[in-house]
Amino acid sequence: MTAQHPAIGEGRSALDRKRRAKGAVFAVLCGAATAVGVLSLAVLLVDVVADGIGSLDADFMTSFASRFPERAGIKAALAGSVWILFLTASIAFPLSVAAAIYLEEYAGEGWISRAIQTNIANLAGVPSIVYGILGLAFFVRTLGFDRSVISGALTLSLLVMPVIIIASQEAIRAVPSTIREAAYGLGATRWQVVSRQILPMAMPGIMTGTILALSRAVGETAPLIMVGAVGFIAFTPDGLRDPFTVLPLQIYNWVSRPQDEFRALAAAGIIVLLALLLSMNAVAIVLRNRYRTRI
Amino acid sequence: MAPDQNVMPSDGGGASTALSIDSDLRFKRSRNVQEQAIGLLLFLCAAVSTLVTVGVVAVLLTETVRFFSQVSVFEFLTGTQWTPAFQEKHFGVLPLLAGSFMVAAGSALIALPIGLLTAIFLSEYATARLQAILKPLLEILAGIPTVVYGYFALTFITPLMRTFFPETDVFNAASASIVVGIMIIPTVSSLSEDALRAVPQVLREGAYGLGATKLEVSTRVVVPAALSGIIASFILAISRAIGETMAVTIAAGNLPNMTLNPLESIQTMTAYIVSVSLGDTPQGTIVYQTLFAVGMTLFVITLVMNILSQWVLARFREEYE
Repeated sequence: MTAQHPAIGEGRSALDRKRRAKGAVFAVLCGAATAVGVLSLAVLLVDVVADGIGSLDADFMTSFASRFPERAGIKAALAGSVWILFLTASIAFPLSVAAAIYLEEYAGEGWISRAIQTNIANLAGVPSIVYGILGLAFFVRTLGFDRSVISGALTLSLLVMPVIIIASQEAIRAVPSTIREAAYGLGATRWQVVSRQILPMAMPGIMTGTILALSRAVGETAPLIMVGAVGFIAFTPDGLRDPFTVLPLQIYNWVSRPQDEFRALAAAGIIVLLALLLSMNAVAIVLRNRYRTRI
Repeated sequence: MAPDQNVMPSDGGGASTALSIDSDLRFKRSRNVQEQAIGLLLFLCAAVSTLVTVGVVAVLLTETVRFFSQVSVFEFLTGTQWTPAFQEKHFGVLPLLAGSFMVAAGSALIALPIGLLTAIFLSEYATARLQAILKPLLEILAGIPTVVYGYFALTFITPLMRTFFPETDVFNAASASIVVGIMIIPTVSSLSEDALRAVPQVLREGAYGLGATKLEVSTRVVVPAALSGIIASFILAISRAIGETMAVTIAAGNLPNMTLNPLESIQTMTAYIVSVSLGDTPQGTIVYQTLFAVGMTLFVITLVMNILSQWVLARFREEYE
């Protein structure tokens, strides 16, 4: 929609021309600002791919980290990331969805639910490294889980829970209330309404939010440094109590070395990490679109 | 607090015999118990989030109190030297605070104007098709892990800066500010765009009807009407910049430094926390405790900013309709 300026009388006044010129400059300025973000993304991707594509081969995926750049790979890091992804999903998903159901379908308007709600909003804004401090003090030291996969997964679960709860609440809220009322009218109990009507309808939205939150967890580095994931590990974890490393941490480890060979490895690791994240995002977008067409 | 009673049809509907009423009641009672148990379970899950907050505060407080039993609060807040691991220990947090705020200010300088203009472009100028392309791209920008931004700063932005300013340190505050700025553009643009979109169309049409140009409508009608949301997005973005960890750890360096020169190496609060936890610091030492004192400082600052942002939203929201 553009603002057409009806020319009153014959020629436009000088003031009018000046206003239109200013408007054109501003439009260009807004477009240029938008381009900054998009171009930064493009430059970043090109830079990473150019640096890393040469090191990216089958050996890179199947070798462990090494002092010798030509032999180093991401096997341990990839395995660690997959462990963390599935553990975090299996801890955070049920807890978060249950919390969202409680807040949307069970809780009244009382101060307790308001307090929980405010608390969740604030937790979503806490820097990830603070979760790392909590993980270090509580999971690693107090509970004695040490520097293990389970400490990392629990820490990241706490980190992503507020995000999944908020997304799930939105998905549940989007289910039309006529569905609820019809089910209650037929004599269904609250849990029957929730489990058989609301959850199936809200599930695509919940899944989308969960996948996006998990992709954030997969990219996290700082909290895992705190709970003591290590950069140099030459085995894949076998159990919950094993030490581990993850892709972002391996990348950080390589970035922080001065040699160019390790920088190239870091770039190759970034390509793998971004590919993983983009495919997770793609799944989320497909789910979201399918959901949109259905309702 | 127990959840509300279930919505259930009242007992004893149309059962014909006493026996069936009895079994019907028993069934409903067990169903009721089951319902209550489920409600309680769900409540407990929701309460976990509260426990997390309690846990964060408790953990930070315990060690922080221990820290302050050895270091005075006054020294911590006003000292200008931060050397906990040295022979001669100083515990002035100001150099770390200065580092964090320098990166926050530098990134805000980039992200606030660019983010707001992007939001105006998306909400007022871009066609639906252009929006459909641009918004996912900005979402990707928001989803890139911070360690990747760190790599980008160190291997691309810093060398670029050194060609223009040869005196730039390898690790410097400016590169970190630039990438953190890029990183928080989507925070500003997407939240501000939501706020701009919430301004009712009639306000725009009224202004056009009075002969305003698109620039005048955008800057004098739409932006002022959405100001609370825009400011809230600014505060949230700055709070994210202060809490940002990996990009600043990689790009800005690890040198606590009270400087105003962005080309020098500095250390932020977050980078300090990472540098300590990379080494194996034994529990109970003063260095271990600094982790929590600095973490507490960071937590309080970001929490205050987040609450401020919510307050601005609630207090200055223009309600239409």
